[in-house]
Amino acid sequence: MTTSAIELENVVKEYLSHGEVVQAVKGVSLDIAEGEFFSLLGPSGCGKTTTMRMIAGFEAPSKGLVKLHGQDVTNVPPNKRDVNMVFQSYALFPHMSVWDNVAFGLKQRKTPQDEIKRRVGEMLEIVDLTGREKRRPREMSGGQQQRVALARALVNRPRALLLDEPLGALDLKLRQAMQIELKRIQREVGITFVYVTHDQNEALTMSDRIAVMNDGLVEQLAGPREIYERPATAFVAGFIGTSNLLAGSATGGELKIGGGRVLVPGHEGDVRVTVRPEKITIGTEEPSNGLSAVRGTVAEVVYLGTYNSYAVSLADGADATERSEGANQTQHGNRDDRAAARGGTIITVFQQNALDAMATAERGDSVWLSWQAQHSYVIGS
Amino acid sequence: MRRLTPYLLALPSWMWLAIFLVVPMVAMASVSLQTGNAIDGFAMTFSFSNYSDALGRYSTQLVRSLFYGGMATVAMLVIGYPVAYWIAFKGGRRKSMYLFLILLPFFVSFVLRTISWNFLLADNGILFGTLKGWGLLPDDFHVLATTVAVVGGLTYNFLPFMILPIYVSLERVDPRVVEAAQDLYATRVGAFRRVVLPLSLPGVFAGVLMTFVPATADPINAAILGGTANTMIGNIIQTEYLTNLNYPTASALSFTLMAVLLVGIFIYARALGTENVLEAAAR
Repeated sequence: MTTSAIELENVVKEYLSHGEVVQAVKGVSLDIAEGEFFSLLGPSGCGKTTTMRMIAGFEAPSKGLVKLHGQDVTNVPPNKRDVNMVFQSYALFPHMSVWDNVAFGLKQRKTPQDEIKRRVGEMLEIVDLTGREKRRPREMSGGQQQRVALARALVNRPRALLLDEPLGALDLKLRQAMQIELKRIQREVGITFVYVTHDQNEALTMSDRIAVMNDGLVEQLAGPREIYERPATAFVAGFIGTSNLLAGSATGGELKIGGGRVLVPGHEGDVRVTVRPEKITIGTEEPSNGLSAVRGTVAEVVYLGTYNSYAVSLADGADATERSEGANQTQHGNRDDRAAARGGTIITVFQQNALDAMATAERGDSVWLSWQAQHSYVIGS
Repeated sequence: MRRLTPYLLALPSWMWLAIFLVVPMVAMASVSLQTGNAIDGFAMTFSFSNYSDALGRYSTQLVRSLFYGGMATVAMLVIGYPVAYWIAFKGGRRKSMYLFLILLPFFVSFVLRTISWNFLLADNGILFGTLKGWGLLPDDFHVLATTVAVVGGLTYNFLPFMILPIYVSLERVDPRVVEAAQDLYATRVGAFRRVVLPLSLPGVFAGVLMTFVPATADPINAAILGGTANTMIGNIIQTEYLTNLNYPTASALSFTLMAVLLVGIFIYARALGTENVLEAAAR
């Protein structure tokens, strides 16, 4: 077990809003390891930013403890905490040059002049801003401002860096470039990163571990692969990527759905199962016995470049539900409405556009959907 | 035609400025160099001695005016900055109400407000009369007709013009920038000194400008709250114009005051760093 950089113990944050007590964070416990890239992921209002602000010291928890490197800092002000923050809107000092922005923390700590010079110069090199020392923040592009904010925090060599949706204001291309850049810098400086984001792709790409938050609570805390492959709750399954959710009553390790079966070995009674769309194979022949298999009609085919997305309406789905969110929200949203109108169940299937494209089903085709038993994941709640 | 439209739209304002600002200024400049009297009329004689004569006679009042105006401005800054700061950062949802309260005195005429101060500060008025009755103040204690009364009146009357521009500049300071300073090891005081104060300087500059100039030239506070030893240059100009009908001297004094104020503002802007002020204002 590595040493803990940041520990939260049952942290609760309550606000008074219009005379009512609102819990923004409802009891969160985290143990973030030294050198880890840790993400707090969730929709807006889930409490992730409040959690981070409590680590930084801008908010005091109503209950619980915040520890940095084993030391209780619950009531220590932000200027006495050895963590630095990169703000969502960068919060650069508009009246100072890039150099003065980056040197601010070192000057506050009364670092010797020549050391400030050396460290600021080094840091500007790391973030590729050498030669722009005299610029004012507003004379720079969003990506450059972002890097100034990063340098301003990192130059102090904090024991942990807190990043609050730092890439939110950048366009897609720049964001992707900065994701790789951030990961590189983190490896280079070896500092613990705590990263707040609502962007699942960002979290999956960069993190060592992710805490998925919803409504003030951590729904799942695990590595990216586990979060994606084995979502602990329906919320996590829906929030991370696209997911099919099937519910029903299992007998003999099988769920009878859509004129077929979903294999759930070892489960009896009411169960809910998630299956990722890319794990499902679409075909015209009835699959062999070892697989989960359901029958349906292709309701829609959407061409998405690297893959096709099929919406398959199950032959009988009286007690099944489907849910999906994320990247294809609009498209799925529309389809959900139609499915709801017909009272049927829709399963989303992604089929890669490989050279030997297998069954290229078309709208109205009657098809079999199949997947391996291990890809059905029975979720808790 | 389309290219001319903006100019045509600006024409009424330009004409207004030309007629009501430039023409009187030119007229006054010309009068300041004339000689004569109100009965026989004035004639242009290019007597620059009008200026030296007026300055010779009234330099005490001019210096006193600058001194009073300066003291009042400092007092307004000391009182106004914390008020503006409090409204901008702690005002919450009631901000507009507080701003309205700041402006509320304007609903009463300037002269009436000053006269009510006269009542308040009267030797045996509500305040001092009562305190003297209780034996808390000596019988000969008085504030009226002193420097304190005049500077106090000026401070009171022009305070909103100090608060509002400072408020506007503080309101534009992103609270997260202050948090960033604290995150980077600055104490609350340090964050204020290094971040909030520099960012509010354009407001301070505007506030000082908007209060120092009218306070220095103001005749009403000295007339109502001051005594014979507190006469300000505004009172002299008024008397020369309206009572003595000595238009050349009054005009010369007005121009002298204007020149002194302009030079003062220029030095002040230089001292504060025009570049910084303009740059911060351009944000």
